[in-house]
Amino acid sequence: MNPEVYKESQIDVDEGLSTIEKTVLTDYKYGFVSKFDADEAPKGLSEDIVRFISARKNEPEWMLEWRLKAYKQWCRMADDEPTWANLKYPPINYQNIIYYSAPKQKMNPKSLDEIDPELRRTFEKLGISMNEQKRLTGVAVDAVIDSISIGTSFKEQLGELGIIFCSMSEAIQEHPELIKKYLSSVVPTTDNYFAALNAAVFSDGSFCYIPKGVRCPMELSTYFRINAENTGQFERTLIVADEGSYVSYLEGCTAPMRDENQLHAAVVELIAMDNAEIKYSTVQNWYPGDKNGVGGIYNFVTKRGICQGVNSKISWTQVETGSAITWKYPSVILKGDNSTGEFYSVAVTNNHQQADTGTKMHHLGKNTKSRIVSKGISAGFSNNSYRGLVHVGKKASNARNFSQCDSLLLGDKCGAHTFPYIEVRNKTALVEHEATTSKIGEDQIFYCNQRGIDTETAVALIVNGFAKEVMNQLPMEFAVEAQKLLAISLEGSVG
Amino acid sequence: MLNIRNLQAGIEGRKILKGINLEIKAGEVHAIMGPNGSGKSTLASTLAGKKSYEVLGGSVDFLGKDLLELSPEARAAEGLFLAFQYPIEIPGLSTTNFIKTAVNEVRKYHGKDPLDAVGFLRMMKEKMALMNIEQSLLSRPLNEGFSGGEKKRNEIFQMAMLEPKLAILDETDSGLDIDAIRIVSNGVNKLRNKDNAVLVVTHYQRLLDYIVPDFVHVLYNGRIVKSGTKELALELEERGYDFIKNEVNVEEGV
Repeated sequence: MNPEVYKESQIDVDEGLSTIEKTVLTDYKYGFVSKFDADEAPKGLSEDIVRFISARKNEPEWMLEWRLKAYKQWCRMADDEPTWANLKYPPINYQNIIYYSAPKQKMNPKSLDEIDPELRRTFEKLGISMNEQKRLTGVAVDAVIDSISIGTSFKEQLGELGIIFCSMSEAIQEHPELIKKYLSSVVPTTDNYFAALNAAVFSDGSFCYIPKGVRCPMELSTYFRINAENTGQFERTLIVADEGSYVSYLEGCTAPMRDENQLHAAVVELIAMDNAEIKYSTVQNWYPGDKNGVGGIYNFVTKRGICQGVNSKISWTQVETGSAITWKYPSVILKGDNSTGEFYSVAVTNNHQQADTGTKMHHLGKNTKSRIVSKGISAGFSNNSYRGLVHVGKKASNARNFSQCDSLLLGDKCGAHTFPYIEVRNKTALVEHEATTSKIGEDQIFYCNQRGIDTETAVALIVNGFAKEVMNQLPMEFAVEAQKLLAISLEGSVG
Repeated sequence: MLNIRNLQAGIEGRKILKGINLEIKAGEVHAIMGPNGSGKSTLASTLAGKKSYEVLGGSVDFLGKDLLELSPEARAAEGLFLAFQYPIEIPGLSTTNFIKTAVNEVRKYHGKDPLDAVGFLRMMKEKMALMNIEQSLLSRPLNEGFSGGEKKRNEIFQMAMLEPKLAILDETDSGLDIDAIRIVSNGVNKLRNKDNAVLVVTHYQRLLDYIVPDFVHVLYNGRIVKSGTKELALELEERGYDFIKNEVNVEEGV
């Protein structure tokens, strides 16, 4: 294939938006489109496209081979697109998607100062400063737009401690030994349909390696932004915490408002060695579609961590407010003895959004513990499902699990569902599951009203109270933002 | 301050208030007493603007404004406070955060800037000392797991923070032992001044030993059938509501 086959696209802001769309735009404040030239692959998926992506990224041969293998596996899985989730959506036409779109910028900016000002402005508008001086102290950011990472802050300072924090593309070039060792070691390319697709076409993401005994002094974060039209975003994140290390990582994501659905299929792999701890937080705010359910991101994500070593710990915290469709089950494989897995989730669905999300805890080692706290909030015509598996293997003596799944309903046209699965193969296991469903009561709202608080604010207070146990798990810097996000997501949901 | 004219209201198509007339002036304490089912709580909820209560006629003037035209939150911001008979629980929401939001929403209504954390804390500390309320109560989720006494003290603390013009105490004594009644009443008395007014809604006379009313009204079957001074409350206590019922029934020729 001729590598020069790409088109230059220019996307304009605000053109042809109806009044309604503009009204919705004010609700979803990240709905803007930035204007810059992009280097795009032609629509559709084929072996040539996989080669195109790999060539664009100057990848070594072994990486290309890895991708092609994944692509062939995906082709064989054509009938394996999952249908078991409590989600309804028309079939996705995988040939109608652009699999690579990169904002054109000066090749390989040497420092953050060289980042294209338009790209820099895009992130400033999203509240993400790439300027290290202005940045919230204690947070390093990798900024990913469409298919590529445009820059990573605080690299040098982290480097002094031996911490590697860079884009996945860079890691493939600079740290091939680590990538070869760990990539797809937790989520195999054949794991599921979307994981195979991701392996074939993933274009960027973040890589972190925390060396032995190092406690990462700042939050690491990646901000994902979809900008280009008709593209899918397929990022891949890999975090390795070596013995006795600690890292807290946060990802955020937004996308412009469009009538077409866009696909996002990511893979995240976490590896925690002996006595290591990884705390992974997500604030997912992809465009959810408009009030009538038109547009929005289809979010099919595979996230899994392995507590490889003894006394290791992996904790997932997610605040899911965006996307038209959410399909994700951040999981932990508790392999090391005495290891701990946690899953804290708030999933909000409004209007016509659908979410099928939860977790899997696989207890394999002895004395392993897991804790699941899921808070589902449904409003409008939306559907919100918790789906979780607690598996205790034969050798996992004294495994402990506690699960709590609470649902809160706003209005009477939405749905909340809970699908807990428990498989226990060891008699010493103790598995507890609690579930509640409640509605925001007129009495609660009236009580707030009577103190001078209007109904929208009252709903925000009640919802944040409901989700508090999970919100408390978020790093301080993001908890406030996440609270506001919950309130915004539910605006107009109570009459 | 408050002028109720021929107010009729009901719930689910059932008429409960059948023409209430009542005037309350600044500096006054009024008590509304009456047997169960006479419409006491309906009156309190209707004045506060609870949605499920429907106004069927009459008018209510509150500080020169048509109260019935205002949303419940605007009524609150204008200075009408209802201490609930059964304060509502909001799990996970700290009492402090709730009160801070309320104070700042009311300030916003009056075009004032919100209090910052320091300003709010200063105000809260001051009122905590006045009301004898401890920090630990305010750090807990709103009314969740509170005892009956704690709930009512929390109501009066909110009243202290919001400094209303008219406070309606809806059966504030219900479920409280005598010590708790004393504490809550002390709180209310400390907040009284010549510019505000209190409407005490109660079934029993005992609360009125502590919050001494200037006027007592007896509500029966949706109407105020007798008004007097605090001696009327004592008479009710002694003779029970039956004598009122008999008087009314004789008048109506039942």
